[in-house]
Amino acid sequence: MPFMNQFSQDHLDVLKEVGNIGAGHAATSLSKLLDRKIDMNIPDVRLVSFNEMMDIAGGAEQVLVSVFLRLEGDVSGSMFFVLPPEQANRMAFQMTGDEKINFSSPPYSEMGVSAINELGNILSGSYLSALSDFTNLSIQPSVPSVSIDMIGAVLSFGLLELSQVSDHAIVIDTCIKDNSINSGEVRGHFFLLPDPGSFPIIFKALGVQDHE
Amino acid sequence: MSSVASVVKVGIADINYATAPRSIRTSGLGSCVGVVVYDLKTQIVGMAHVMLPDSSMSKETPKNTAKYADTAIPELYKTLKYKGVQPYSLKAKIAGGAQMFPFSTSNEMMRIGPRNVEAVKDSLQQLRIPIVAEDCGGNSGRTIEFHPDTGILQVRTVNKGVSEI
Repeated sequence: MPFMNQFSQDHLDVLKEVGNIGAGHAATSLSKLLDRKIDMNIPDVRLVSFNEMMDIAGGAEQVLVSVFLRLEGDVSGSMFFVLPPEQANRMAFQMTGDEKINFSSPPYSEMGVSAINELGNILSGSYLSALSDFTNLSIQPSVPSVSIDMIGAVLSFGLLELSQVSDHAIVIDTCIKDNSINSGEVRGHFFLLPDPGSFPIIFKALGVQDHE
Repeated sequence: MSSVASVVKVGIADINYATAPRSIRTSGLGSCVGVVVYDLKTQIVGMAHVMLPDSSMSKETPKNTAKYADTAIPELYKTLKYKGVQPYSLKAKIAGGAQMFPFSTSNEMMRIGPRNVEAVKDSLQQLRIPIVAEDCGGNSGRTIEFHPDTGILQVRTVNKGVSEI
């Protein structure tokens, strides 16, 4: 059966809950870290082509600050925490107190990159440990790394495993918003991209009939 | 002819063709490689956005031939020949194959950029298509646009702006 026909609405709903629990914990961590109110959207789970996925992130050429981790253990996959440069500036400033940190143009401050890396690490860590508790699966994140580049170039890296099986990806996308920024549209995304072999494991752990 | 020539887009794991005055572009090349095969005489160009080096890695059916270096380049060759281009006058330019994240794991998948570039070069050599210019490797994303009338490939990166090869 082609990869993209394996999923029913029930399956997508389960993945939505996965995103909800993970990102809920991550938003709480972020709120504690910055001591501010953070809003979170209901996650969006979509079966999309690779090109559509780039459009979700704002177009392949959009320059964004992203933290990337590989997941290993019972479930493998890729995870991205993506921020527009302006929001990354603010967050790095709040963590380090250095207002000169600027991700809009190189050279990037080493301290700033390190702060964003740590931010990504904390948020992904709480996302994944919530997920791990919920599913009773062991999930270990790799050491995170930061990239400030065209989002198409960055995300395609997380699609490599999937691309051997399909031209489509399941994107579990959660948007978080910082209310103290008035401009409204400044927001971060979590993208969780499980590898193709990990879907049956997730479904089984959560008691959903797999691939009927 | 309108003064603003339109641009043909090539998506991820995709192949497309253009004839002058239209140009052809693909955005957000990371570890992927953009392969341009063109003929200046007929001003026809084909571009592939290659994602993986080898179609034997594939577990999908049917295979998307545009995704793999070893299938995408023969496909470009065949179609251009079909469109009336003499195979001996074909030339190639390639860009991409970056290492986006500095991981030091043993996972072969993480070295995908350089492996893509090698596979693309092998495949071009087998068809005797000379590579006249390349901009490969490094660690930044690229957007490329090719103009089949001049044979110029514009490469845009976030940090270094636009260069022409």
